Amino acid sequence: MSSPSSPAAATIPAVGRTSRIPPPALAVASLVLVTTALAFVFFVAPDDANQGFSQRIFYFHVSIAFTAYACFIAGAWQALRHLWKRDPRADLASYVCIHQGLIFGTLVLLTGSIWARISWGHWWLWSEDELVLFLVLYLFYCAYFMLRFSVDPGPQRANLSAVYALFGVVLIPVSFAAIRLAKTFVHPEVFHLDGPAFGGWILVTYCITQVALLVLAYTLYRLEIGGKRLDLRLRRLREALA
Amino acid sequence: MTYLRDVGALARKDLLLELRARDTLPAMLLFIAATFVIFHFVLPGEPTRLETSGLLWIAILFTALLGLGRAFVPEREQRTMDGLVLAPCDRSAIWLAKSIATLAFLVAAEVVALPLYALFFHSVGWTTVAAVALADLGICGVGTFLGAMAVATRARDLLLPLLFLPLALPIVVGAVGATVGPPVVSSPGRYLAFLALYDLLFAVICWASFEYVVAE
Repeated sequence: MSSPSSPAAATIPAVGRTSRIPPPALAVASLVLVTTALAFVFFVAPDDANQGFSQRIFYFHVSIAFTAYACFIAGAWQALRHLWKRDPRADLASYVCIHQGLIFGTLVLLTGSIWARISWGHWWLWSEDELVLFLVLYLFYCAYFMLRFSVDPGPQRANLSAVYALFGVVLIPVSFAAIRLAKTFVHPEVFHLDGPAFGGWILVTYCITQVALLVLAYTLYRLEIGGKRLDLRLRRLREALA
Repeated sequence: MTYLRDVGALARKDLLLELRARDTLPAMLLFIAATFVIFHFVLPGEPTRLETSGLLWIAILFTALLGLGRAFVPEREQRTMDGLVLAPCDRSAIWLAKSIATLAFLVAAEVVALPLYALFFHSVGWTTVAAVALADLGICGVGTFLGAMAVATRARDLLLPLLFLPLALPIVVGAVGATVGPPVVSSPGRYLAFLALYDLLFAVICWASFEYVVAE
């Protein structure tokens, strides 16, 4: 849909070298990497000394969390490009990044809840920094969608979305600091997780899962933005013909 | 100097309008008093200081939202926003002036609300007053900025709480931490410092990016 040889791509300049990788190749790479990651998680990584088999969700939970952060940061970066360089493609790219971030953010909340239920017997724990932070970010980015879809498409919508996306990356560290601070009065006892030393096969499995999920997120991003651009072009053509 | 004069003129305009029309401030005062009464019945018996501190901050936050929601609505309704944007002054002066005006309303509401809180629930210490002052700066700065964003949308002021509350979480944490005080929180100073840092950080961001909110 956005291959370099098509006339659609000819009028839209490529962003960088990575955008020249065709989506089918990315899809195959994602499939291979995710399968390898699954094999490593279930067959190579050792059982955790305390939590046993259930600790394996860690590989997905943490990797998905970092992928979601990466998506939000990429979204803010594109927002900055929109405001700074007035790149006409940055607004859509920023929106798609944040959309992907929200999907991975939902998965963080789900996997985190499952892990919390199995390990500590509760579906939700306010003492889990990552979970609370994601809930705040989740609400923040849900509001981003509310904001975006209550403004008509145009330069103002792009500006408002971009500014709000930039607020998001500032909110991430500030909220994290706030949640850490809040523990002293919300939860005087901090939960300590005495996991095994982070090395060997655990580290290898984690790295593979992380790379697999980042590639998967990028593939999904390319697919979504390809579809969205095609849709936009189609609408413009229809308007030109009408 | 010209910048400060512009800010002063714009803030004076809002304060004068409020003095003449008396739209926002009486509503905020009534709202915060009514909220305290509701809270008394929400927590029957003798609520602890920890509980009432939380309630105080809910009341302040929602009262602020009432004022913030009104900040830009008259400008849009009377179509004066275009005039403000076209005025020969820095656009960030509009944000700063609106923030100052909203801050004035909120402080006026709190001057009544804090003694009322002390009368109904628990005494108010100096750390609470400092926390209220620092939190007000953050609430009005960020809230006014988001108010300008919300008013540009179809949903208008309906959107403001949705945009504002996730961003207000750090303010709530800092403010409640400072209000609760010892023995639950050993060093309220850390919370006040955190609030000051939040104010500074977001003030710079709002000041730098307000241009993009009002101009196309």
